[in-house]
Amino acid sequence: MKELKVKRIESGTVIDHIPPGQAPNVLKILGIRGGSKEVVSMVMNVVGKTGKKDIVKIENRELAEDELDQIALIAPNATINIIRDYEVVEKYKVTPPDFVEGVVKCSNPNCISNTNEPIVPKFLVERKKPVVLRCMYCERKITEDIAKYLM
Amino acid sequence: MSKEEIDYILKVAEKLEPYARGVQGDLLSGKLFAMLFYEPSTRTRLSFETATKRLGGDVIGFSSPESSSFSKGESLADTIRVVSGYADAIILRHPKEGAALFASQYSTVPLINAGDGAGHHPTQTLLDLYTLHKESTLEGVKIALVGDLKYGRTVHSLVYALSLYNAKIFLVSPPELSMPSHVVSDILERGATVHETTSIEDVIEEVDAIYMTRIQKERFPDPSEYQRVVGSYRLTQELLKMAKPTTIVMHPLPRVDEIDPAVDNMPNAKYFQQSFYGVPVRMAVLCILMGVFD
Ligand SMILES: Nc1ncnc2c1ncn2[C@@H]1O[C@H](COP(=O)(O)OP(=O)(O)O)[C@@H](O)[C@H]1O
Ligand SMILES: [Zn+2]
Repeated sequence: MKELKVKRIESGTVIDHIPPGQAPNVLKILGIRGGSKEVVSMVMNVVGKTGKKDIVKIENRELAEDELDQIALIAPNATINIIRDYEVVEKYKVTPPDFVEGVVKCSNPNCISNTNEPIVPKFLVERKKPVVLRCMYCERKITEDIAKYLM
Repeated sequence: MSKEEIDYILKVAEKLEPYARGVQGDLLSGKLFAMLFYEPSTRTRLSFETATKRLGGDVIGFSSPESSSFSKGESLADTIRVVSGYADAIILRHPKEGAALFASQYSTVPLINAGDGAGHHPTQTLLDLYTLHKESTLEGVKIALVGDLKYGRTVHSLVYALSLYNAKIFLVSPPELSMPSHVVSDILERGATVHETTSIEDVIEEVDAIYMTRIQKERFPDPSEYQRVVGSYRLTQELLKMAKPTTIVMHPLPRVDEIDPAVDNMPNAKYFQQSFYGVPVRMAVLCILMGVFD
C-alpha cells in the first residue's frame, strides 16, 4: 500500500495531479472558501512519479463532472477519484468545458466585462490543450497564466 | 457579418445614394432613433443623423456622457432598458470593448454598434467597403494599409472584411505599430493574401487602393522617434505619382499630417468621398433594420 500523505477518507472526491502550488486555486474554482462546510485537506508539493504535484481531498462530497472540468483551466492533467468505502470507485481525467462563465476575468482592462455593469465574464474555450480562452465580449484571448485571472 | 449580408447592404446603399445627395425621402418617416454617444464623435454621429433626417426620421440622444442625464452613475444596462422604451432603434458609441454586445442583451429594439472602444466599428468598415466598390474594385482588390496597424481599430475590422473578398493586402507600418500577429494569422486562414513591409515605396506601384491611417503621438514615449516615424509614413504628391493613375487614396479621417494637403486636389484622393459614403451606407443599415427593405 502506497503511503498516503493525508489520512484516508471514507467517501468524497480526491483531485490528484494538480500542478504544484495550484491547489488553492482549484478550491477557488470549486467555490470552496473560508465559510464552506466541507472538510477539505490539501497537500502541496508532494513528489509523485512525475515530479511535484498538489492533491486536494474533499470529504463526503462527490462533485459533479461539469463542476470539476472547470479546474482543467489551471490543472489540465488533474485526475478525479471518487471514493466510497475507502476505495476509488470512479476515476477520470478532467477535460476543459466548451464555455467558462463566472470563473475567469477578462485580461483586457478596457473590456466591458471589467466595469461595474451587471455582467458575468464569459469565455469561449477556443482550444483545449493548451487552453485558449476568448472573451465573448471583447474577443481578447487568454493563452497563458489563466490562474492570474481567476475571479 | 457574412459576405452575402455585406453585399446586400452595399446594394441597398447604392439605391439610397440619391437621398444621401439631397433628395428628401420618407422611408424612415415616423421612426425615432436614440443616439447614445458615450464618447465624442463627429463623423459617425453626424452621418447617422444625416442618414436619418434625409429619410424623414428623427433622432434623440446625447453626444457625450457629460451632456446626458445618464451621467449620474446609471449603468449602461439600465440606460439601454429605459431608452428601449422610447426609440425604434438605438445607435451606441461606447469606449469599452464589447459594450455593444452587452447592451444588445438589454435592448428590446435593434441596436447598432457605432464603435466600441478598440473593438468593432462595423458601419465604418461597411463604408470603407462601399468606397472600394464604388471608386475602385472590391473583389480581389490590392490594397495597402499604411500607418498605425496595431492600435487602429478601423484597419482590424477592415482586413477581416477584406479577407471575404480575396483581397491582396499589403501591410505597411513601422515595426512597433505592425498588425497584431493573431489578426494576420486569422485573415490568412480566411483566404487573404498578406505582405508586410515597412515602406510605402515598396508597394505603391502595385496597389489599387492606399488606406492611410493616423499615427498617434501617445504611441511613442520619445517625441523625436514619433517625428521620424510620422515623416516616413506621409503621403505626398511625389510619392503618389509613382502609383497607377487609377489608384485611390482612402483615410477614415480625421487626418493630421499623414496626407499632404496638396494630395487633396489629385483625382486619386477619395477620402472626402469616402466620408460622404457613410451616409448612404448608414441609411441602408437603418432601413434594413427597420424592415423598410427585406
Ligand atoms: N480512501 C482514500 N482516501 C484518500 N485518498 C485516497 C484514497 N484512496 C486513494 N486516494 C488517493 O487518490 C489518488 C488516486 O489513487 P490511486 O487510484 O490509488 O492512485 P493512482 O491514480 O496514482 O494510480 C491518490 O492520490 C491516492 O493517494
Ligand atoms: Zn473581454
